Amino acid sequence: MREMVRAEELTRVFNGLTAVDHVTFGVREGEIFGFLGPNGAGKTTTIHMLTTVLKPTGGRAEVCGYDVVKEPEKVRKSIGVVPQEYTADEDLTGYENVMLCADLYGLPREEGRKRALELLSLVQLEPFKDKRVETYSGGMRRRLELACGLINRPKVLFLDEPTLGLDVQTRASIWEHILSLRENFGMTVFLTTHYLEEADHLCDRIAIIDHGKIVEEGSPSELKDSLGGDLLTLECEGEGVEEILRALEGVREVKAEGREYRVKVTRGETVAPLLLKALGEKGLTVKRLSLAKPTLDEVYLEKTGKSLRDQGESPEEVIKQRVTLWRARR
Amino acid sequence: MEGQEVGGRPLQGFLALTKRELKKWYKEPLLLLITVLQPLIWMVFLGKAMNLGAVFGGGVPPELARGLMLRSFGTTDYFSFMATGMIAVTCLFTTMFTGFSIIWDRRLGFLNKVLSTPVSRASVIFSKVVYATLRSSFQVLIILVAAFALGLKVGPGFHPLHLLGVFLVAFMVCVTFSSLFLMLALRSTRWEAPMAMVNLMLMPLMFASNVFFPLELMPGWLRAIASVNPLSYTNDAVRQFTIWRLDRGALLRDLAYLGLFSLTISSLSVYLAKKYLSR
Repeated sequence: MREMVRAEELTRVFNGLTAVDHVTFGVREGEIFGFLGPNGAGKTTTIHMLTTVLKPTGGRAEVCGYDVVKEPEKVRKSIGVVPQEYTADEDLTGYENVMLCADLYGLPREEGRKRALELLSLVQLEPFKDKRVETYSGGMRRRLELACGLINRPKVLFLDEPTLGLDVQTRASIWEHILSLRENFGMTVFLTTHYLEEADHLCDRIAIIDHGKIVEEGSPSELKDSLGGDLLTLECEGEGVEEILRALEGVREVKAEGREYRVKVTRGETVAPLLLKALGEKGLTVKRLSLAKPTLDEVYLEKTGKSLRDQGESPEEVIKQRVTLWRARR
Repeated sequence: MEGQEVGGRPLQGFLALTKRELKKWYKEPLLLLITVLQPLIWMVFLGKAMNLGAVFGGGVPPELARGLMLRSFGTTDYFSFMATGMIAVTCLFTTMFTGFSIIWDRRLGFLNKVLSTPVSRASVIFSKVVYATLRSSFQVLIILVAAFALGLKVGPGFHPLHLLGVFLVAFMVCVTFSSLFLMLALRSTRWEAPMAMVNLMLMPLMFASNVFFPLELMPGWLRAIASVNPLSYTNDAVRQFTIWRLDRGALLRDLAYLGLFSLTISSLSVYLAKKYLSR
């Protein structure tokens, strides 16, 4: 399958500080690809390089087959960008903002008008299109940004922290919008997030990025499987439980702590009944059994050695994020 | 301009960005009011406070006093000298803020969004230059109306069409200064340095020129500085169009100098924008 984004050894150094460190990855056509990592890990810097806003200091990248440094105009025409910040002008109406974007892409007036109205109704802002953006809520603003990013019918859409600062319901509705884009237009989406659920829910493939480096890459289920499968925890009294458990097919690891056994298995839901049956045949009763699926959280912990946390960010970045959060809450 | 704007009109992106700036201005009544008040305050308070006519005329026969004034300022009325000087000062003060608007756009993420669209870098710069110029021209109009209302003494041979010349000169000086201040702020993400720089430049630009005082009465070294300052040429041209007798040679020199200066600075700012706007 064709790769819509290709980065090879992509690097960006700011005043001696390496924000993105020899990153190599590819995004296939029609895929939703996510960069997952803490704030300051280099996600936004990567997006800025791919969208021709920042120049790489090393390596190369292609978007839609065009080199981001040598053919920036061609890249710009074929992508849509929804930045982390709310960039719509508060003094202008939603419609005026989308039309501004249409003009920036050089769409003929009639075509621009048609698409603007289409997109505003797609993101359910049609009734508010003539209201000033300062009256919009966080979710409405985010949807407006989405409409702006889609005005040129991009082949690749870049979303930087698409649900930063939004409440749970609004987040879910933004997710639906993103998923429907792929469904309806076959769009390729590159997004960054520091929300694990978001990456898990939306992405076909994820790259975990930390300190500017990709530490792991794969589909959410691959990443979870890489941890060694599901975890069964059971309580059982009697002798020889551990031996029986080890003999079962699909069991990878058994840890005993008194009467409690923690069993790592490939697929919890198929192993659990077998396990109960085997123990029952020996006259052993299981008092309690629980099945835990690995979460991306655990993958994340395993790969980066720490939970998602804030790292050293530039003051500029902090202010941008505060502005975004402040506007999102209104 | 880099990249053709597919299917659209050639200046579409530029016009859209300019319209955005203008809308933000006239949709904010307070901002509009301040734009009107600022030049009026300058002119009324400074122009009427510095009554150099009284200084020159103290204790000398009125005939001689008028001669002194005429020789020094080219007019017998200092207010007229001062009011016409205010045109350039207002342009300077209004255009100086264009630099900050690009820093603001960068901070809010708007600039990054625009830079990721096919719109040319030159359009990003020129939209701000044109906005500052239009805004200043509006203020020039207010100054002219107020100056005439407060008793501006026009020179011999004045014709109302000369006022168009005033706008032409204002246009050139605005292009010069807004490009200059934009250039200084191209890569900035913070206010502090550009703000200090603007403050540093403002006073010398204003006082090392003929805004308040004619070059002929300045010490030699100051006159040397003032005679390369585009503000001096602006004032000279504006005064020829209004309160002085029009001297074709001198006027052509002023216009040529300003034209060349604005062209050079604005081309340089576009060149730097293409190079440095993407960090």
